[in-house]
Amino acid sequence: MYKKLAVAGFVIITFIIYSIHQRNEGSQAVQKVTTSQGNTSQSTAASSNTTTQSTASVSYKDGSYTGKSSDAFYGYVQVRATITGGKLADITILDYPQDRDNSVEINNSALPLLKQEAIQAQTAQVDGISGATDTSQAFVESLGDALAQAKA
Amino acid sequence: MIKQTRVIMGMPIVLMTPDTSVTSENLEEVFSFFTYVDKTYSPFIDSSIVSRINRGEMGEPEYPDELREILAIAKNTKHQTNGYFDVWHKGNFDPSGIVKGWAIAEAAKIMAKFTNNFYVEAGGDIEVSGVNDEGNPWQIGVRNPFDRNQNVKIIILKNSAIATSGTAIRGQHIYDPVQGKELNDVASISVIASNIIDADRMATAAFAMGAKGIYFIEQLAGYEACAAMQDKTIITTTGWYNYEAV
Repeated sequence: MYKKLAVAGFVIITFIIYSIHQRNEGSQAVQKVTTSQGNTSQSTAASSNTTTQSTASVSYKDGSYTGKSSDAFYGYVQVRATITGGKLADITILDYPQDRDNSVEINNSALPLLKQEAIQAQTAQVDGISGATDTSQAFVESLGDALAQAKA
Repeated sequence: MIKQTRVIMGMPIVLMTPDTSVTSENLEEVFSFFTYVDKTYSPFIDSSIVSRINRGEMGEPEYPDELREILAIAKNTKHQTNGYFDVWHKGNFDPSGIVKGWAIAEAAKIMAKFTNNFYVEAGGDIEVSGVNDEGNPWQIGVRNPFDRNQNVKIIILKNSAIATSGTAIRGQHIYDPVQGKELNDVASISVIASNIIDADRMATAAFAMGAKGIYFIEQLAGYEACAAMQDKTIITTTGWYNYEAV
Protein backbone atom coordinates (compact mmCIF):
# COMPACT_ATOMS: atom_id res chain seq x y z
CA MET A 1 0.00 0.00 0.00
CA TYR A 2 2.78 2.36 1.00
CA LYS A 3 4.57 1.49 -2.26
CA LYS A 4 1.47 2.17 -4.32
CA LEU A 5 1.11 5.55 -2.69
CA ALA A 6 4.76 6.30 -3.37
CA VAL A 7 4.34 5.39 -7.01
CA ALA A 8 1.16 7.45 -7.23
CA GLY A 9 2.92 10.36 -5.62
CA PHE A 10 5.83 10.07 -8.00
CA VAL A 11 3.56 10.06 -11.04
CA ILE A 12 1.55 13.03 -9.78
CA ILE A 13 4.58 15.10 -8.85
CA THR A 14 6.41 14.41 -12.08
CA PHE A 15 3.27 15.20 -14.01
CA ILE A 16 2.85 18.52 -12.26
CA ILE A 17 6.47 19.40 -12.99
CA TYR A 18 5.93 18.39 -16.56
CA SER A 19 2.73 20.44 -16.88
CA ILE A 20 4.47 23.52 -15.60
CA HIS A 21 7.33 22.91 -17.98
CA GLN A 22 4.93 22.44 -20.86
CA ARG A 23 3.09 25.66 -20.02
CA ASN A 24 6.37 27.56 -19.98
CA GLU A 25 7.27 26.07 -23.31
CA GLY A 26 3.86 27.23 -24.49
CA SER A 27 3.45 24.12 -26.56
CA GLN A 28 0.27 22.31 -25.68
CA ALA A 29 0.34 19.51 -28.14
CA VAL A 30 -3.27 18.44 -28.37
CA GLN A 31 -3.18 15.79 -30.93
CA LYS A 32 -5.34 12.75 -31.30
CA VAL A 33 -3.29 9.65 -31.84
CA THR A 34 -4.98 6.50 -32.92
CA THR A 35 -3.40 3.39 -31.64
CA SER A 36 -3.55 0.10 -33.40
CA GLN A 37 -4.82 -2.34 -30.82
CA GLY A 38 -3.14 -5.11 -32.76
CA ASN A 39 0.01 -3.95 -31.09
CA THR A 40 -1.03 -5.02 -27.64
CA SER A 41 1.38 -7.87 -27.19
CA GLN A 42 3.15 -5.98 -24.44
CA SER A 43 0.35 -3.82 -23.23
CA THR A 44 -0.50 -3.96 -19.61
CA ALA A 45 -3.20 -2.38 -17.57
CA ALA A 46 -2.21 -0.37 -14.59
CA SER A 47 -4.97 0.10 -12.14
CA SER A 48 -4.02 3.24 -10.45
CA ASN A 49 -4.80 5.06 -7.28
CA THR A 50 -3.48 8.27 -8.74
CA THR A 51 -6.73 10.13 -8.54
CA THR A 52 -7.86 13.06 -6.44
CA GLN A 53 -5.70 15.51 -4.48
CA SER A 54 -3.29 17.09 -6.94
CA THR A 55 -5.53 16.60 -9.94
CA ALA A 56 -8.69 17.75 -8.17
CA SER A 57 -8.21 21.35 -9.25
CA VAL A 58 -8.38 20.36 -12.92
CA SER A 59 -11.60 19.13 -14.40
CA TYR A 60 -11.46 16.42 -17.02
CA LYS A 61 -14.08 15.18 -19.43
CA ASP A 62 -14.99 11.54 -19.03
CA GLY A 63 -13.62 9.23 -21.69
CA SER A 64 -10.43 7.53 -22.83
CA TYR A 65 -7.58 9.60 -24.21
CA THR A 66 -4.51 8.26 -25.94
CA GLY A 67 -1.33 10.21 -25.32
CA LYS A 68 1.26 10.83 -27.96
CA SER A 69 3.99 8.26 -28.35
CA SER A 70 6.87 9.64 -26.29
CA ASP A 71 10.54 9.09 -26.74
CA ALA A 72 12.09 7.00 -23.98
CA PHE A 73 15.57 7.27 -25.60
CA TYR A 74 15.57 3.61 -26.57
CA GLY A 75 12.01 3.27 -27.73
CA TYR A 76 8.61 4.78 -27.33
CA VAL A 77 6.13 4.88 -24.51
CA GLN A 78 2.47 5.52 -25.10
CA VAL A 79 -0.32 5.51 -22.54
CA ARG A 80 -4.09 5.85 -22.53
CA ALA A 81 -5.76 7.70 -19.70
CA THR A 82 -9.32 6.86 -18.71
CA ILE A 83 -11.30 9.60 -17.02
CA THR A 84 -14.29 8.63 -14.90
CA GLY A 85 -16.30 11.15 -12.93
CA GLY A 86 -13.92 13.89 -14.00
CA LYS A 87 -10.95 12.12 -12.46
CA LEU A 88 -8.09 10.04 -13.73
CA ALA A 89 -9.29 6.49 -13.09
CA ASP A 90 -6.97 4.31 -15.10
CA ILE A 91 -3.75 4.37 -17.11
CA THR A 92 -3.14 1.73 -19.75
CA ILE A 93 0.28 1.30 -21.30
CA LEU A 94 -0.07 0.82 -25.06
CA ASP A 95 3.50 0.92 -26.20
CA TYR A 96 6.57 0.18 -24.23
CA PRO A 97 10.17 -0.29 -25.35
CA GLN A 98 10.51 -4.00 -24.86
CA ASP A 99 8.74 -5.18 -27.96
CA ARG A 100 11.56 -5.48 -30.43
CA ASP A 101 12.06 -8.58 -32.47
CA ASN A 102 14.42 -11.04 -30.90
CA SER A 103 16.75 -11.23 -33.85
CA VAL A 104 20.06 -10.84 -32.14
CA GLU A 105 22.34 -13.76 -32.74
CA ILE A 106 24.00 -15.17 -29.71
CA ASN A 107 25.98 -18.32 -29.81
CA ASN A 108 24.16 -20.22 -27.08
CA SER A 109 26.65 -23.05 -26.88
CA ALA A 110 29.34 -20.61 -25.83
CA LEU A 111 27.33 -19.03 -23.04
CA PRO A 112 28.63 -19.46 -19.54
CA LEU A 113 26.21 -19.88 -16.69
CA LEU A 114 25.93 -16.39 -15.31
CA LYS A 115 25.62 -15.76 -11.62
CA GLN A 116 22.04 -15.20 -10.52
CA GLU A 117 21.05 -14.16 -7.02
CA ALA A 118 18.14 -12.61 -5.18
CA ILE A 119 18.09 -8.82 -4.99
CA GLN A 120 19.59 -7.67 -1.73
CA ALA A 121 19.71 -4.09 -0.56
CA GLN A 122 23.24 -2.73 -0.18
CA THR A 123 23.78 -0.16 2.51
CA ALA A 124 27.31 1.14 1.95
CA GLN A 125 27.63 4.84 1.22
CA VAL A 126 27.85 5.93 -2.39
CA ASP A 127 28.88 9.07 -4.27
CA GLY A 128 26.22 8.62 -6.95
CA ILE A 129 23.57 6.24 -8.21
CA SER A 130 23.04 4.75 -11.64
CA GLY A 131 19.45 4.03 -12.52
CA ALA A 132 16.94 4.24 -15.31
CA THR A 133 14.98 7.45 -15.58
CA ASP A 134 14.18 7.47 -19.26
CA THR A 135 10.92 5.59 -19.34
CA SER A 136 9.35 7.47 -16.49
CA GLN A 137 9.90 10.75 -18.30
CA ALA A 138 8.36 9.43 -21.51
CA PHE A 139 5.52 7.97 -19.44
CA VAL A 140 4.84 11.36 -17.90
CA GLU A 141 4.95 13.04 -21.29
CA SER A 142 2.49 10.64 -22.88
CA LEU A 143 0.21 10.87 -19.87
CA GLY A 144 0.46 14.66 -19.88
CA ASP A 145 -0.60 14.68 -23.50
CA ALA A 146 -3.56 12.37 -22.82
CA LEU A 147 -4.69 14.59 -19.94
CA ALA A 148 -4.31 17.74 -22.03
CA GLN A 149 -6.87 16.25 -24.39
CA ALA A 150 -9.13 15.36 -21.49
CA LYS A 151 -9.27 18.93 -20.14
CA ALA A 152 -12.81 20.17 -20.03
CA MET B 1 32.94 18.37 -2.25
CA ILE B 2 31.35 20.64 -4.82
CA LYS B 3 28.04 19.27 -6.05
CA GLN B 4 25.50 20.92 -8.33
CA THR B 5 22.36 19.49 -9.85
CA ARG B 6 20.18 20.98 -12.55
CA VAL B 7 17.31 19.60 -14.61
CA ILE B 8 18.14 19.85 -18.31
CA MET B 9 16.97 17.62 -21.19
CA GLY B 10 14.17 16.47 -18.89
CA MET B 11 16.60 14.81 -16.50
CA PRO B 12 18.78 15.70 -13.53
CA ILE B 13 22.33 16.65 -14.50
CA VAL B 14 24.75 16.22 -11.59
CA LEU B 15 28.30 17.57 -11.44
CA MET B 16 30.65 16.79 -8.58
CA THR B 17 34.29 17.44 -7.83
CA PRO B 18 36.37 17.37 -4.67
CA ASP B 19 38.55 20.07 -6.19
CA THR B 20 37.54 23.37 -4.59
CA SER B 21 39.43 25.38 -7.21
CA VAL B 22 36.65 24.58 -9.67
CA THR B 23 34.47 27.68 -9.86
CA SER B 24 30.74 28.03 -10.37
CA GLU B 25 31.56 29.63 -13.75
CA ASN B 26 33.34 26.41 -14.67
CA LEU B 27 30.29 24.35 -13.77
CA GLU B 28 28.10 26.83 -15.62
CA GLU B 29 30.05 26.11 -18.78
CA VAL B 30 29.17 22.42 -18.43
CA PHE B 31 25.49 23.08 -17.71
CA SER B 32 25.34 25.48 -20.68
CA PHE B 33 26.61 22.73 -22.89
CA PHE B 34 23.73 20.44 -21.82
CA THR B 35 21.28 23.27 -22.54
CA TYR B 36 22.81 23.62 -25.99
CA VAL B 37 22.45 19.86 -26.58
CA ASP B 38 18.80 19.99 -25.55
CA LYS B 39 18.04 22.90 -27.90
CA THR B 40 19.90 21.27 -30.75
CA TYR B 41 18.89 17.62 -30.48
CA SER B 42 15.61 17.41 -28.56
CA PRO B 43 12.84 15.82 -30.64
CA PHE B 44 10.42 17.84 -28.50
CA ILE B 45 11.75 21.27 -29.50
CA ASP B 46 10.41 22.53 -32.84
CA SER B 47 13.55 24.44 -33.81
CA SER B 48 15.97 21.58 -33.05
CA ILE B 49 17.98 19.92 -35.79
CA VAL B 50 16.14 16.67 -35.07
CA SER B 51 12.72 18.32 -35.53
CA ARG B 52 13.88 20.02 -38.72
CA ILE B 53 15.13 16.73 -40.16
CA ASN B 54 11.81 15.08 -39.28
CA ARG B 55 9.92 17.87 -41.05
CA GLY B 56 12.12 17.38 -44.09
CA GLU B 57 13.66 20.83 -43.71
CA MET B 58 17.24 19.62 -43.51
CA GLY B 59 18.83 17.12 -45.85
CA GLU B 60 21.95 15.10 -45.29
CA PRO B 61 24.29 17.49 -47.16
CA GLU B 62 23.38 20.17 -44.63
CA TYR B 63 24.10 18.10 -41.52
CA PRO B 64 26.61 19.82 -39.23
CA ASP B 65 29.86 17.96 -38.48
CA GLU B 66 28.82 17.37 -34.89
CA LEU B 67 25.67 15.54 -36.02
CA ARG B 68 27.74 13.48 -38.45
CA GLU B 69 29.97 12.45 -35.55
CA ILE B 70 26.91 11.37 -33.54
CA LEU B 71 25.46 9.52 -36.53
CA ALA B 72 28.74 7.69 -37.08
CA ILE B 73 28.58 6.35 -33.52
CA ALA B 74 24.92 5.41 -34.10
CA LYS B 75 25.70 3.57 -37.32
CA ASN B 76 28.51 1.65 -35.68
CA THR B 77 26.25 0.74 -32.76
CA LYS B 78 23.47 -0.45 -35.05
CA HIS B 79 25.94 -2.78 -36.70
CA GLN B 80 27.40 -4.04 -33.41
CA THR B 81 23.96 -4.77 -31.97
CA ASN B 82 22.48 -6.48 -35.02
CA GLY B 83 20.03 -3.64 -35.52
CA TYR B 84 18.86 -3.40 -31.93
CA PHE B 85 20.03 0.16 -31.82
CA ASP B 86 18.60 2.39 -34.50
CA VAL B 87 18.18 6.16 -34.68
CA TRP B 88 15.22 5.60 -36.98
CA HIS B 89 12.07 4.38 -35.24
CA LYS B 90 8.73 4.03 -37.02
CA GLY B 91 9.93 6.41 -39.74
CA ASN B 92 11.02 8.98 -37.19
CA PHE B 93 14.59 10.25 -36.84
CA ASP B 94 15.66 10.23 -33.23
CA PRO B 95 19.35 10.07 -32.28
CA SER B 96 18.74 10.74 -28.56
CA GLY B 97 19.89 7.23 -27.64
CA ILE B 98 23.38 8.30 -28.68
CA VAL B 99 23.09 11.98 -27.84
CA LYS B 100 22.76 11.36 -24.11
CA GLY B 101 26.04 9.42 -23.84
CA TRP B 102 27.79 11.74 -26.26
CA ALA B 103 26.66 14.78 -24.25
CA ILE B 104 28.01 13.30 -21.01
CA ALA B 105 31.32 12.51 -22.74
CA GLU B 106 31.60 16.07 -24.06
CA ALA B 107 30.67 17.45 -20.63
CA ALA B 108 33.40 15.30 -19.09
CA LYS B 109 35.88 16.84 -21.55
CA ILE B 110 34.85 20.30 -20.35
CA MET B 111 35.22 19.23 -16.70
CA ALA B 112 38.65 17.78 -17.49
CA LYS B 113 39.84 21.31 -18.41
CA PHE B 114 39.33 22.30 -14.76
CA THR B 115 40.15 19.18 -12.73
CA ASN B 116 41.23 15.55 -12.93
CA ASN B 117 38.69 14.52 -10.32
CA PHE B 118 35.05 14.68 -11.28
CA TYR B 119 31.69 12.98 -11.59
CA VAL B 120 29.30 13.83 -14.42
CA GLU B 121 25.82 12.34 -14.42
CA ALA B 122 22.84 12.80 -16.70
CA GLY B 123 19.72 10.91 -15.64
CA GLY B 124 21.49 8.00 -13.98
CA ASP B 125 24.28 7.61 -16.53
CA ILE B 126 27.66 8.46 -15.05
CA GLU B 127 31.24 9.09 -16.12
CA VAL B 128 33.91 9.57 -13.49
CA SER B 129 37.54 10.59 -13.39
CA GLY B 130 40.06 10.38 -10.55
CA VAL B 131 38.86 10.33 -6.98
CA ASN B 132 36.15 11.61 -4.63
CA ASP B 133 36.61 13.99 -1.69
CA GLU B 134 38.07 11.21 0.45
CA GLY B 135 40.75 10.54 -2.13
CA ASN B 136 39.11 7.23 -3.04
CA PRO B 137 37.76 6.09 -6.41
CA TRP B 138 34.13 7.04 -6.95
CA GLN B 139 31.72 4.60 -5.35
CA ILE B 140 28.49 4.16 -7.28
CA GLY B 141 25.24 2.42 -6.40
CA VAL B 142 23.11 0.51 -8.88
CA ARG B 143 19.53 1.45 -8.13
CA ASN B 144 16.94 -1.21 -7.34
CA PRO B 145 14.36 -0.78 -10.13
CA PHE B 146 11.67 -1.98 -7.70
CA ASP B 147 12.59 0.43 -4.91
CA ARG B 148 14.36 3.63 -5.84
CA ASN B 149 15.58 4.12 -2.27
CA GLN B 150 17.71 1.02 -2.45
CA ASN B 151 20.86 -0.02 -4.25
CA VAL B 152 21.26 -3.61 -5.40
CA LYS B 153 24.97 -3.33 -6.09
CA ILE B 154 27.76 -0.97 -5.13
CA ILE B 155 30.69 -0.64 -7.46
CA ILE B 156 33.97 1.23 -7.63
CA LEU B 157 34.64 3.15 -10.84
CA LYS B 158 38.08 4.32 -11.89
CA ASN B 159 38.15 6.62 -14.92
CA SER B 160 35.23 4.74 -16.45
CA ALA B 161 31.48 4.89 -16.82
CA ILE B 162 28.20 3.19 -16.00
CA ALA B 163 24.83 3.55 -17.69
CA THR B 164 21.51 1.97 -16.81
CA SER B 165 18.61 1.32 -19.13
CA GLY B 166 15.30 0.09 -17.93
CA THR B 167 11.81 0.86 -16.97
CA ALA B 168 10.93 3.14 -14.14
CA ILE B 169 7.29 2.25 -14.45
CA ARG B 170 6.87 0.23 -11.34
CA GLY B 171 4.09 -2.13 -10.45
CA GLN B 172 3.82 -3.19 -14.06
CA HIS B 173 4.14 -6.76 -15.18
CA ILE B 174 4.80 -7.90 -18.68
CA TYR B 175 2.75 -10.87 -19.75
CA ASP B 176 3.54 -13.18 -22.58
CA PRO B 177 0.27 -13.28 -24.52
CA VAL B 178 1.22 -16.55 -26.18
CA GLN B 179 2.06 -18.52 -23.08
CA GLY B 180 -0.20 -16.43 -20.86
CA LYS B 181 2.33 -16.03 -18.11
CA GLU B 182 4.48 -13.35 -16.67
CA LEU B 183 7.75 -13.00 -18.49
CA ASN B 184 10.93 -13.26 -16.56
CA ASP B 185 12.23 -10.24 -18.30
CA VAL B 186 14.63 -7.47 -17.50
CA ALA B 187 13.60 -4.59 -15.28
CA SER B 188 16.89 -2.76 -15.75
CA ILE B 189 20.38 -3.41 -16.99
CA SER B 190 23.49 -1.50 -15.94
CA VAL B 191 26.57 -1.56 -18.11
CA ILE B 192 30.14 -0.62 -17.13
CA ALA B 193 32.51 0.47 -19.92
CA SER B 194 35.69 2.50 -20.25
CA ASN B 195 33.65 5.52 -21.42
CA ILE B 196 30.08 6.73 -21.17
CA ILE B 197 29.27 6.62 -24.89
CA ASP B 198 29.96 2.88 -24.94
CA ALA B 199 28.24 2.21 -21.62
CA ASP B 200 25.15 4.16 -22.66
CA ARG B 201 24.69 2.75 -26.16
CA MET B 202 25.28 -0.85 -25.05
CA ALA B 203 22.97 -0.52 -22.03
CA THR B 204 20.27 0.79 -24.37
CA ALA B 205 20.75 -2.02 -26.86
CA ALA B 206 21.03 -4.72 -24.18
CA PHE B 207 17.78 -3.59 -22.58
CA ALA B 208 16.01 -3.72 -25.93
CA MET B 209 17.17 -7.33 -26.28
CA GLY B 210 15.30 -8.33 -23.14
CA ALA B 211 16.55 -11.42 -21.31
CA LYS B 212 19.25 -11.95 -23.93
CA GLY B 213 20.86 -8.60 -23.23
CA ILE B 214 23.07 -9.76 -20.40
CA TYR B 215 24.50 -12.50 -22.63
CA PHE B 216 25.13 -9.96 -25.34
CA ILE B 217 27.23 -7.90 -22.89
CA GLU B 218 28.97 -11.05 -21.65
CA GLN B 219 30.27 -11.57 -25.17
CA LEU B 220 31.56 -8.01 -25.56
CA ALA B 221 35.18 -7.50 -24.54
CA GLY B 222 35.69 -4.60 -22.15
CA TYR B 223 32.12 -4.50 -20.84
CA GLU B 224 30.44 -5.83 -17.72
CA ALA B 225 26.78 -5.73 -16.79
CA CYS B 226 24.30 -6.37 -14.03
CA ALA B 227 20.67 -7.07 -14.91
CA ALA B 228 17.79 -6.77 -12.46
CA MET B 229 15.12 -9.21 -13.56
CA GLN B 230 11.35 -8.91 -13.13
CA ASP B 231 11.45 -11.90 -10.77
CA LYS B 232 13.62 -9.77 -8.46
CA THR B 233 16.85 -11.60 -9.07
CA ILE B 234 20.13 -10.14 -10.27
CA ILE B 235 22.25 -11.61 -13.05
CA THR B 236 25.83 -10.42 -13.48
CA THR B 237 28.42 -10.98 -16.17
CA THR B 238 31.45 -13.04 -15.17
CA GLY B 239 33.77 -10.04 -14.68
CA TRP B 240 31.30 -7.80 -12.85
CA TYR B 241 32.60 -8.81 -9.41
CA ASN B 242 35.89 -7.09 -10.19
CA TYR B 243 34.08 -3.76 -9.84
CA GLU B 244 32.12 -4.56 -6.70
CA ALA B 245 32.98 -2.66 -3.55
CA VAL B 246 33.96 -5.01 -0.76
